[in-house]
Amino acid sequence: MRTRVMEISVGAFMLAGILALILLALNVSGLTVSDSSGSYRVTARFENIGGLAPRAKVTLSGVQIGQVRSIGIDERMLMAVVEMDINGSADYLSSDSSAQILTAGLLGEQYIGIIPGADDEMLKDGDAIENTQSALVLENLVSKFLFNKVTE
Amino acid sequence: MLDQIQALGRYGLTRLGAVGRSGMLLAHVLVARPQPLKMFPLLLKQIYFVGVLSLVIILVSGMFIGMVLGLQGYTILVDYGSEQAVGQMVALSLVRELAPVVAALLFAGRAGSALTAEIGLMKATEQLSSLEMIGVDPYRQIIAPRFWAGFICMPILSAIFAIVGVWGGALVSVDWLGIYEGSFWANMQHSVDFYEDILNGLIKAVAFGFVVTWIAVFQGYDCVPTSEGISQATTRTVVYASLWVLGLDFILTALMFGDL
Repeated sequence: MRTRVMEISVGAFMLAGILALILLALNVSGLTVSDSSGSYRVTARFENIGGLAPRAKVTLSGVQIGQVRSIGIDERMLMAVVEMDINGSADYLSSDSSAQILTAGLLGEQYIGIIPGADDEMLKDGDAIENTQSALVLENLVSKFLFNKVTE
Repeated sequence: MLDQIQALGRYGLTRLGAVGRSGMLLAHVLVARPQPLKMFPLLLKQIYFVGVLSLVIILVSGMFIGMVLGLQGYTILVDYGSEQAVGQMVALSLVRELAPVVAALLFAGRAGSALTAEIGLMKATEQLSSLEMIGVDPYRQIIAPRFWAGFICMPILSAIFAIVGVWGGALVSVDWLGIYEGSFWANMQHSVDFYEDILNGLIKAVAFGFVVTWIAVFQGYDCVPTSEGISQATTRTVVYASLWVLGLDFILTALMFGDL
């Protein structure tokens, strides 16, 4: 009887540990099992990506439809190249969509917002988004503002 | 002059000898052919003593640390108008640092000292030699189950510590201080990464469990078999284990999060 109680408590202990790990994964880190197999890849060139980082979200009207896969540089055009994985279910983006880099909140992290176009043709795997709008860099904004003040 | 050099040499040799003996002990434990069927009941008993009985202190301290983090984070962040970030502060500091480190320190105090005292007393009363006399390998019978039990229990305790701490933080900041629940959890989920933060925290816990139980078992096995020797060994276990945990934590943090 003594060993039975002990074995049950050890089993419960192990279960509690596994449960804690699952709770940490789901509740604290918000891990979702997403298969990248059902996604397609799109690239976009930006003048300036600001503080964009890999795994940043890609949104349409504020709803996440994918994430940034990698960030590199185009050596010929000297622009930043951002590779994005868009969920396969989001197959309604026309090929003339534009991408802009947005900031969540005043000091939040940066993410990509897609603005759909009107073309009948849709974006496919390997396509590039031509129309892009760079990240808002606070320093540039301040210097523009000051410059306008001076010329007034 | 020569006496001092001799004293230094003796000190160095003793220390080096201890390091060598602890390595031998570890090799014996790891290399000793495992006999799962025989070891399982022993391991179970040790997990009960080392893990299940440590739960209370882990639960209570985890909750209070989470609550304190929530309270402190709120009073600091509210000055900047960003008290919604409390969730992310509580979760990140718990998952990355506090859960493995504090759980390991408590584990060293609660379970490590008990392991040392138990094995030391076995040595002092010559139970270990008696086991060898009747042809039972004390490494396999006594040392290995305790070692593996500590190794298994530490990550579990650390995960439980983290989740209870997050819950305590949520209790204080959402229920008492009135932060909006949605932004509390959303901020947390956005900034905590499963692989980067939670798995690295667990790897830390595994490393600490390894070091703490190794030190505890070795100090017990290597102690001077007198009542004074056992008390010294128990003290050394807690001191060395705590120092090693803190030092190792810095190294692991630098490797995992410092982009080295």
